[in-house]
Amino acid sequence: MPATPRTLLDKIWESHVVCSPAGELPLLYIDRHLVHEVTSPQAFEGLRLAGRRVRRPEATFATPDHNIPTTDRRLPIADAISKQQIDTLRANCREFGVRLFDLGDADQGIVHVIGPELGITQPGMTIVCGDSHTATHGALGALAFGIGTSEVEHVLATQTLRQAKPKSFEVRVDGRLHPGITAKDLVLYLIGRLSTEGGTGHVIEYTGPCIRGLGMEERMTVCNMSIEAGARAGMIAPDQITFDYLRGRDYAPRDFDRAVAEWERLPSDSGAVFDRVEVYDGGQVVPQVTWGTNPAQVVGVDATVPDPHAFADSSERESGSRALEYMGLEGGTRIVDIPLDRVFIGSCTNSRIEDLRAAASVVRGYRIAPTVQAMVVPGSGRVKRQAEEEGLDRVFREAGFEWREAGCSMCLGMNPDTLSPGQRCASTSNRNFEGRQGKGGRTHLVSPAMAAAAAVTGHFTDIREWRYR
Amino acid sequence: MRAFTTHSGVVAPLDRANVDTDQIIPKQFLKRIERTGFGQFLFFDWRYLADGRPNPEFELNRPLLAGASVLLARRNFGCGSSREHAPWALADYGFRVVVAPTFADIFFNNCFQNGMLPIRLSEADVDELFRRAAAAADAGKPYRVDVDLAAGTLTDNAGFSRSFSVDPFRRRCLLEGLDDIALSLTHADKISAWEAAHALPPRP
Repeated sequence: MPATPRTLLDKIWESHVVCSPAGELPLLYIDRHLVHEVTSPQAFEGLRLAGRRVRRPEATFATPDHNIPTTDRRLPIADAISKQQIDTLRANCREFGVRLFDLGDADQGIVHVIGPELGITQPGMTIVCGDSHTATHGALGALAFGIGTSEVEHVLATQTLRQAKPKSFEVRVDGRLHPGITAKDLVLYLIGRLSTEGGTGHVIEYTGPCIRGLGMEERMTVCNMSIEAGARAGMIAPDQITFDYLRGRDYAPRDFDRAVAEWERLPSDSGAVFDRVEVYDGGQVVPQVTWGTNPAQVVGVDATVPDPHAFADSSERESGSRALEYMGLEGGTRIVDIPLDRVFIGSCTNSRIEDLRAAASVVRGYRIAPTVQAMVVPGSGRVKRQAEEEGLDRVFREAGFEWREAGCSMCLGMNPDTLSPGQRCASTSNRNFEGRQGKGGRTHLVSPAMAAAAAVTGHFTDIREWRYR
Repeated sequence: MRAFTTHSGVVAPLDRANVDTDQIIPKQFLKRIERTGFGQFLFFDWRYLADGRPNPEFELNRPLLAGASVLLARRNFGCGSSREHAPWALADYGFRVVVAPTFADIFFNNCFQNGMLPIRLSEADVDELFRRAAAAADAGKPYRVDVDLAAGTLTDNAGFSRSFSVDPFRRRCLLEGLDDIALSLTHADKISAWEAAHALPPRP
């Protein structure tokens, strides 16, 4: 009798269940644990208090990214509490034998950028991190999700996690994206349709020709924002694009061809049954701009700010009205008429080399608007060096952008990179929550190309009409 | 971990959907390396005016709700960042129960790690609780409910009674205040066996 067809999630899940003791949740083995300075200090402290060790230091990788300055790295960190948090990460990594990509290390960067870049992230793995954007790593066919600090401590101590198996959700995207439309537009479009909680309790597997046509870094952008639709994780089955991306990377398997032979067995079997399926058409996606205070409050750049009074759902009406008040917008305003004060290109969603290339190609030969302050924050030291080799830093600087060191920066504004109250920002990051980029700051989420165009014109501009120089 | 068996407390209604963890505890307070002391920063940007005075418009600042320990909210509570600082702040402020129609997954899991019970009730039941809390407030009284985890019930003294379900393992951990790492380490032989089967070197 043929085996029951299984999904990618089924295959990874089943091969990682250590045990399912009666009356307990299953213990899931964790292959890679990524650690950063903000959500780990209390976990290491818990280990110390209980006299426990890190079970698999060689499977654990740390880097400071959330709370670090992106200005000159030779200067001391001015904020004493930030410095203490980074010093604590250093001391913990030393004490427990964890590999740290420290400030000043050539490979330091945003944890979700350096994982794939170094080949730490591989197909078929279970990967966790105390950060909700861990879903990024699912782009390589891993099961990767964010956890809380107590769970970080649990993984450090046991290399396992207590987890009920999530439900599976196939999001199939047919067709293809039109020229100028990016993975960021696609995922914002999908979140707008799935809602902020459409994926709750589920792991999304993105499938279909439109997804298969995306490059590796574009796939990371899509999986990265799965959490904004409420999903536990997002994943894309590994294929030749995945294997080509990984080959030769620092932590890639030595016997690479043998690994590929294993990975080729991971994609969902034909006939595998998902708990839920939704189908979309990539050809319908236009450049997206969020207008509200959650990522599902999004429209096309050619649209107007919606009037929440027209929403059918009462809680959507209420939250839409609150959002417009916070954002200082009125229903009916054309998106392209919204002026901007700041532009941020960076974050684990959009700070990779292809993102910077896309933004630079828009900016080349232009100056940013005199009313706009703009910055580019590469996702890692490697991305920064690569961009500088290609001369992208010059393109940005000559246009009036600031060119910074790698980190999370103004995506969450834990470091000094923040919006002032009332400032309006076109941002390539992942969250437009109230106060996310600074108290009173107004965030509009867009693609790197759209952010770059907005920096030049001073207002949102349809990238499909851009005159490249 | 602090055990949770039964709880009786005042309900604080927060009539907003999609309350994200950035609102529960803004990022400027994530720099601390302790688990404690986050209650003072709970809902900081909503709770305080620019000059640092309590915002009289914010629900939780009503004198009637002083000492409230049951938070009532709308759907998708706790969405966004994985920061466990969110449940730490809620618990430190004094909340032991959060009631909403739906919760974000990571926040939901994080609550159980901190002796705090998230309860999912239907939209209609949550509506009814909001109505009862508003009626009590109009009469100048706090609205109280009783929660019994073992029985899985949430009741008030005016005829509202609903049962809720909790994963049996999570319920046991809460009722007994279990250290779940210690419990997982009782399966260390299974973990070692899995590692051996996957060609990982043994741990001492």
